[in-house]
Amino acid sequence: MSTPATSFTDHYNFAYLDEQTKRMIRRAILKGIAIPGYQVPFAAREMPMPYGWGTGGVQVTAAVIGHSDTLKMIDQGSDDTTNAVALRNFFVQTTGVNTTTHTKGASLIQTRHRIPEEPLSEDQVLVYQVPIPEPLRFLEPRETETRKMHALEEYGLMHVKLYEDIARFGHIATTYAYPVLVNERYVMDPSPIPKFDNPKMHRMEALQLFGAGREKRIYAIPPHTDVVSLDFEDHPFTPQEFDQPCAICGAEHVYLDEVILDDQGSRMFVCSDSDYCEERRTEGHTGHLGTNPLDAPSNGTAKDNASSKEACK
Amino acid sequence: MYVAVKGGEKAIRNAHTLLARDRRGDTSLPALTLAQMTQQLYLSISRVMAEGSLYDADLAALAIKQARGDLIEAIFLLRAYRTTLPRFGYSQPIDTATMLIRRRISATYKDLPGGQLLGPTFDYTQRLLDFTLAANGEEAPATPQTQAFEAQERVPRVTELLDDEGLMEPDAELPEDHEVGDLTREPLEFPAGRDLRLQNLARGDEGFLLALGYSTQRGYGRTHPFAGEIRLGEVEVSLFVEELGFDVPLGEMTVTECQMINQFAGSAKAPPQFTRGYGLVPGQGERKVMAMSLVDRSLRWQELGEEATSPAQDEEFVMSHSDNVQGTGFVEHLKLPHYVDFQAELDLIRRLRAEWFEKNQKTTGETADLEAAQ
Repeated sequence: MSTPATSFTDHYNFAYLDEQTKRMIRRAILKGIAIPGYQVPFAAREMPMPYGWGTGGVQVTAAVIGHSDTLKMIDQGSDDTTNAVALRNFFVQTTGVNTTTHTKGASLIQTRHRIPEEPLSEDQVLVYQVPIPEPLRFLEPRETETRKMHALEEYGLMHVKLYEDIARFGHIATTYAYPVLVNERYVMDPSPIPKFDNPKMHRMEALQLFGAGREKRIYAIPPHTDVVSLDFEDHPFTPQEFDQPCAICGAEHVYLDEVILDDQGSRMFVCSDSDYCEERRTEGHTGHLGTNPLDAPSNGTAKDNASSKEACK
Repeated sequence: MYVAVKGGEKAIRNAHTLLARDRRGDTSLPALTLAQMTQQLYLSISRVMAEGSLYDADLAALAIKQARGDLIEAIFLLRAYRTTLPRFGYSQPIDTATMLIRRRISATYKDLPGGQLLGPTFDYTQRLLDFTLAANGEEAPATPQTQAFEAQERVPRVTELLDDEGLMEPDAELPEDHEVGDLTREPLEFPAGRDLRLQNLARGDEGFLLALGYSTQRGYGRTHPFAGEIRLGEVEVSLFVEELGFDVPLGEMTVTECQMINQFAGSAKAPPQFTRGYGLVPGQGERKVMAMSLVDRSLRWQELGEEATSPAQDEEFVMSHSDNVQGTGFVEHLKLPHYVDFQAELDLIRRLRAEWFEKNQKTTGETADLEAAQ
């Protein structure tokens, strides 16, 4: 038995995984890039964080990260969510690379459930954590069947599902993990990002990589690839709209989180992308709440804040 | 986002400090030593080694201690460590017929070559709490009486005995060029061969296999099983070294093996005969090998030309859900924030509700009008 580890680097390879494993993952990534939207099986390793907590994204990041990279790690759009903090620390420990919260300053961004509001550029890579890579899984639970359906481009089942939504509700009742067609060939699960983010994938300048550790699949969208959300001519895809701007930075056309302020039903809507929100406030933008009511040092209950009630009408 | 997680870093640090404190418990009591655990909690160690896929009792003990006795967490710790170890090669297949046997029973023969050996077992104990164990200063257990036991070079497996008559399905043969699969190195694809199925089951969760095996006994894919033989003991592990040209023994390991014998009335594909299910785990894990062999046999329906009607026969279902490290991770990931998706769903539900009430209002309005007209 070895002595207790004092630092990761004494006992583990750069970015945790051994070089052979990284090479295997890179091969899968290259194959994924060559066949946009196709799910490449790969021999996912057991990682020191639980399955379902980002092991796929972490393995992809570990396979592509280098000493010169600057890493941004987000979850729910924010750099400060607990799991983002834990995963960022993991890479700081195992690679020692620089990290940032600024979208523009990052060369590598690993995300869960969001795409940053700031458009990404061609020298950036966006890595998604994927829980269930198979868009057809909830229509057909068997892998043997779904692989056949992809091979034959047999996506009727998906269209029927969307049609049934329309027949029943008058519109498509899928709000996140909304299926897309990649490069006019493969139907792909964009990971559980809100459908609000789907249009950002279309012809994105950055390389998009998707890792599903538990399900052992990697897929990719090369830069400038067509990514079209599935819809019908008479029922075109519509991204979610918010009828008010961010309460503290005033941003419009961004994805907002609803924050409950008290037990009286007061709430405010603020940017889900915390870096974007901060940048705007640094630039001098303010929303109708002015400052964040929850930032106040004596913030016992936000109820005392007279303006917060108005926030949520 | 602004509420809960600013300062997430500090919260995580504090939570881990709390965990460390709770793990240690009352410091006026001596800390558990790994040796105590490997000696006195060997069955926990066995399970963690088996499902953690790493045969190292000391590391398993460390994992259990670190996991505060949570075996699935300990299995996870061991797996995450195992994955970083370099792979030197694959050992030669072990030969359980040459096992140094500590326990061997057969439920199908009263006596058989090699004999029945009850060994260390809970079987036939009365499950009464033994309060003398609760009192400190427990006495050293008595030395068991042993008959002069003739150590035998080779104790044939029960399945070899019936084989001479052709009643027993022979050991499965793999084609010469077949490389035994390894699902820790290659992604699993369906349909999987029996080698991969057995590897998956050997790593699989004991509770899950127990429930599946049990379900076959209650009629969900009945397999008419008999415990042909269960044996426990030590076998030698050796590695063929290319440069030397011969097998080099690496040491010995404890394994538990089960050969389940299943009555089979024949099908278009196979004659009437006794068929077999197989279970093997490192360490001592009798419940696990028995359940494993029941499930292994159930999964062979296709090869034997049977009909598949139940969960235990469904390869994709069984193999995709047997791993407790995967299962626990994905179930528990629901603890992670899902604000963004929940927000999207909030929006949808608000909209659906608005539409529902609007529609219902209209129809109740219409009925009211109708009633008024009547």
